[in-house]
Amino acid sequence: MRQVTATGQTVEEAIQSALEKLETTKERVEVDIIDEGKKGVFGLFGSKPAIVKVSLLADKSKEGEEYLRQIAEKMGIEVDLNVIKNDKEIQYELSGDKIAMLIGKRGQTLNALQYLTQLVVNKNIDRYKTVIVDAEGYRGRRNDTLKQLADRLAQKAVRIQKEVLLEPMPSYERKVIHTALQNYQKVSTYSDGVEPNRRVVIKPE
Amino acid sequence: MKALIETIVRPLVDHPDDVNVTEEENDYKIRYHLTVHENDVGKVIGKNGRIAKAIRTVVYAAGSDSNKKIYLDIM
Repeated sequence: MRQVTATGQTVEEAIQSALEKLETTKERVEVDIIDEGKKGVFGLFGSKPAIVKVSLLADKSKEGEEYLRQIAEKMGIEVDLNVIKNDKEIQYELSGDKIAMLIGKRGQTLNALQYLTQLVVNKNIDRYKTVIVDAEGYRGRRNDTLKQLADRLAQKAVRIQKEVLLEPMPSYERKVIHTALQNYQKVSTYSDGVEPNRRVVIKPE
Repeated sequence: MKALIETIVRPLVDHPDDVNVTEEENDYKIRYHLTVHENDVGKVIGKNGRIAKAIRTVVYAAGSDSNKKIYLDIM
């Protein structure tokens, strides 16, 4: 990773001068303020320059993209990759012919790919990014299925007046269930068990 | 398949050159042995074997259209 240390009369000026040296823009760097600097009396006595350390961020989303592309290629699957990213999250959308092979039973292959890509993207960086890998809208469809399941099982819990256990799911799938039943007064939900066998329990009130 | 395993594992470790996959095949199964640098063992196994499990899931998915059972050993 390339980085420079720069000084200036104010923090802003120091950053600006560092950006010029790196020939880049503010969005693509991480800034560490080492010294805020001091104006001093009349701008003459006891003034201290501001010092900043500016590091160029490697484009981590590209690494994840390349990783997924390589794996798909070695599996003999042609994929199109669409990347959507913001500050905290990178989403990769895969589409193509034999995409079912990348999803697997109940999305297990897709979840494994998502986990591995997350590790690669977050290797050696400070600011953690959430990685989502989706294929042909699978996660959206899965969310709909989970919401329907939540509704059905909540009604069952009320009917039989007993706790209903769901099958083990990864955390973001459990979250879909909890959120779906948040406003449903007749039941409460909690998770029980240890990963990877943690599961949602729906309890009648 | 060996290339796939290497593609998955290399970016995860600190010593990609020490990633090695060997293959042992008989009539009904293929067994792959993965070895990595000793400092990277944790990076391919993970907490409670989570990374190892994810690697196997992807490898087994890729092997699902072959008619031989596939195993992946991680040393």
